[in-house]
Amino acid sequence: MYSRGLVPLAGATVVAIATSLALVFFYAPLDADQGFVQKIFYLHVPMAIVALGGFVAGGVFGIRHLRTGDPSWDLRSYVAIHLSIILGLGVLVTGAIWAKASWGHWWVWDEPVLVSFLVVFLLYCVYFPLRFAIEDPERQARYSSVFAITAGAFVPLNFTAVRLAEAYTHPRVLSQTGGSLPGEMRLTFLVSLVGMTLLFVTLWKLELTAKHAALQLKKLRRRRAEREAVAA
Amino acid sequence: MIRAATVILRKDLLLELRTKEAVPAMTLFTITVYVLFHFGLDRDSLDGELASGVLWVTLLLAAVIGVTRLFAAEREQGGIDALLLAPVDRTALFLAKASALFLFLVAVELVAVPTFDLLLLGPGLGGTLPELPAILLLGNIGIAAVGALVAALAAETRTRELIVPLLLLPLLVPLLISCAQATEPLMRTDQGPEDLGRWLGLLTLYDVVFVLVSVAVFDFLLED
Repeated sequence: MYSRGLVPLAGATVVAIATSLALVFFYAPLDADQGFVQKIFYLHVPMAIVALGGFVAGGVFGIRHLRTGDPSWDLRSYVAIHLSIILGLGVLVTGAIWAKASWGHWWVWDEPVLVSFLVVFLLYCVYFPLRFAIEDPERQARYSSVFAITAGAFVPLNFTAVRLAEAYTHPRVLSQTGGSLPGEMRLTFLVSLVGMTLLFVTLWKLELTAKHAALQLKKLRRRRAEREAVAA
Repeated sequence: MIRAATVILRKDLLLELRTKEAVPAMTLFTITVYVLFHFGLDRDSLDGELASGVLWVTLLLAAVIGVTRLFAAEREQGGIDALLLAPVDRTALFLAKASALFLFLVAVELVAVPTFDLLLLGPGLGGTLPELPAILLLGNIGIAAVGALVAALAAETRTRELIVPLLLLPLLVPLLISCAQATEPLMRTDQGPEDLGRWLGLLTLYDVVFVLVSVAVFDFLLED
């Protein structure tokens, strides 16, 4: 059900990631200011964009779940948020490494994007305790969807508030002009972004398939147990 | 809908007047936190960003108590079933609960803010007068909307006392930023409000977004 097209997708992911790694190490020029350290940018920024996209997708799936009442949308929302949390941890770690290398501190509070990301991350971490503290599966799905929608609305608001509150020190790579990146760097960045997105979608489909199979298995086991009970 | 909301609100206020559970506890808690800040920071008087930060963090922590208790009576006495069986819109329930929380917060602040002036604030409340009540009111609207939503989300979980603060406080970060930033120039010794409008605008945006989101999703909570 969820596994359709998984194999070609996984193949495309491998190709895209391999290409992006090759571009990062052999094609993209060294940054004149930051040198080799700047290459973490091709990991950090795509991860952050994909994680935020995953959170927003979780909210959209939540809306669809509440609209249709179909539990498969809740499963999609859950898996998207789960993977985004993992990527989010990666964003915070790579961000801290980059901050240490270029500004000399592991954590920089006057850096709005990283700080907003931490707040969003902390909020989404509560998704799991909330979800698993509700036993009834139907209610669990409904409450999780409400959380996903609320948190999805919170993300842009939080970024606005934190950005207003702090000085503008973060390198704004995707500003309106967008042209601050030289061509080779931009190509490398775009390929990395595509690779990360494909990786996310592949993992998402894989986890959906696994979760779905586990559910089916549980259902079959229960049915067999019932049948055996009747026979005995 | 408004009538149903008023009835539930009246019930909640009457209950609070009779049992005196949430508001006195929240007020007492704010004063305790002032004492903690006094010793923790080792300062006799605060001004500027430190003062507005301490005031707002204290108020948000007190709000956590209010939110945890928001559905307590219904849950402990079993009244929630009667409420859910009643043929009223969930929006009425949300409006009633958010208004109750809003009024609780106003009552707490009527004591907590003057006490803050008395115990910790250096420059005095006089200089904050026309603006601070407006900031408090806008802040309370946001806390009430988010608080009612979080209370309803956590009401059906096993671990609601854990979920409420973990869920509420990150959601309130943008509100804390705008309230604390708007209050900070008012509490400085060398006064002069600067870009108050920007923070009040952000606060209003926050209030509007979360009132709308809460009304939209509240129908799906507290069903069956």
